[in-house]
Amino acid sequence: MENIIQFENVSKSFGDLQVLNKLNLEVKDGEKLALIGPSGSGKTTILRILMTLETIDDGFVSVNGEYLWHEKNDGKIIPASENHLHKMRDHIGMVFQQFNLFPHLTAIENVQQPQTLIKKKTDAEAKEKAEELFHLVGLGDKKDQYPHQLSGGQQQRVAIARALAMDPKIMLFDEVTSALDPELVDEVLTVLRKLASDSDTTMLTVTHEMNFAREFADRVLFFDSGQIVESGKPESIFSNPTKKRTKEFLKKFINNVN
Amino acid sequence: MNEVIEFYPILIKGTITTIQLTVLGAILALIVSFIVGLARISSFAAIRVIAIVYLEFFRGSSALVQMFFIYFVLPMWGIYFDALTAGVVACGLNVGAYGSEVVRGAVLAVGKEQHEASKALNYSIYKKYRYVIIPQAIPIMIPTFGNLLIELLKLTAVASLITISDLTFMAQIIRVQTALTLEPFLLILIIYFIIATILVQIVDLIAKKFSKGRNIMTAGDK
Repeated sequence: MENIIQFENVSKSFGDLQVLNKLNLEVKDGEKLALIGPSGSGKTTILRILMTLETIDDGFVSVNGEYLWHEKNDGKIIPASENHLHKMRDHIGMVFQQFNLFPHLTAIENVQQPQTLIKKKTDAEAKEKAEELFHLVGLGDKKDQYPHQLSGGQQQRVAIARALAMDPKIMLFDEVTSALDPELVDEVLTVLRKLASDSDTTMLTVTHEMNFAREFADRVLFFDSGQIVESGKPESIFSNPTKKRTKEFLKKFINNVN
Repeated sequence: MNEVIEFYPILIKGTITTIQLTVLGAILALIVSFIVGLARISSFAAIRVIAIVYLEFFRGSSALVQMFFIYFVLPMWGIYFDALTAGVVACGLNVGAYGSEVVRGAVLAVGKEQHEASKALNYSIYKKYRYVIIPQAIPIMIPTFGNLLIELLKLTAVASLITISDLTFMAQIIRVQTALTLEPFLLILIIYFIIATILVQIVDLIAKKFSKGRNIMTAGDK
């Protein structure tokens, strides 16, 4: 399989704080990746760089065989133009911690509007797709509610449907259950598990739900201080971590290990 | 008082003129508010500077003098307006300057997460503002726009000084004709108040329509 995402020596700082330090990362097409690690370790920044919400300071990021933050012009490599970024964003979808639904639109309008505006679908096509996705995320009866009338878990499922409606090759999930009340976490994770097993979309998820990471992921990356400390199959990371920092981190989630 | 009531045809005419000035001025003010308000947050420095100069000029000088300028001075440079147009332009440009601050504030009040969601869905800058940001900003603007509309109504009274026969102008005529002072001015005070009350009701209706089924101010909170 080919690499759909590649980070080569990518560095990123916010002021004095270096969040990524010469990061190298390869993700295969269709792979399901879980990023774990302490807060501020740079996991979320990776997703935000891929979604073009953060620029990079140094290095190269490739998506689907093309540079994301650069483009070729007369054989020279120059920083990406807005046009290039627009083209590249078409491959990528993101679900946010705080859902970020459009509050002035109903649930189904949230899923329809981007399809008609950006994917140039007709209203009927967009509606059909939206209804299909509402069925998938189990919200068929909530489609005409406004976001504020829905629970956090329901809002997050609408947000997942909205991202899926754009047919991205790569889906990014940024701590999608962190803002939810504990009893609502499962309904969102259930949807994600279903997606992971049914689709060949590449998925990257930043999560603090270790049980979920274990089931969801083909590969788990443990991050600390802007670098990948350890990576491997979920069984090996969770059952037999080799690095001291991984062990220490996982100890905090002791109930989830074994 | 009966003497004054006999002048009701010109009072009605004056009321209509005042409403005309207010409505046309409001339309111009609204257009100016959006153009200048959005220019203030443009990524082009030159556009921002022009918008700031506009805002500071119209906010920092007298509305009456601006109106005199448009009606008496511009013709010296070959730019002619009839009195009503000059009144509308002066009121609209002046209130539009204040309105631009309302637009700017409301647009900036829409959270960063809405910009990020739009980007993640690949909205262009134009589509982001047109379909996501401005629709959420409008309900925030409406109450303050309502206040400005009342300010605009009161500002139209100075238009009588450039020969526009609005309510205030008509009151002066009645005063001269009847030698009564209290009655005509008391009467137009009441008429201004009634117009203002009706405008407040209309703005409330619009606000209700825009916020129906939505809860924008609390969105983004968990």
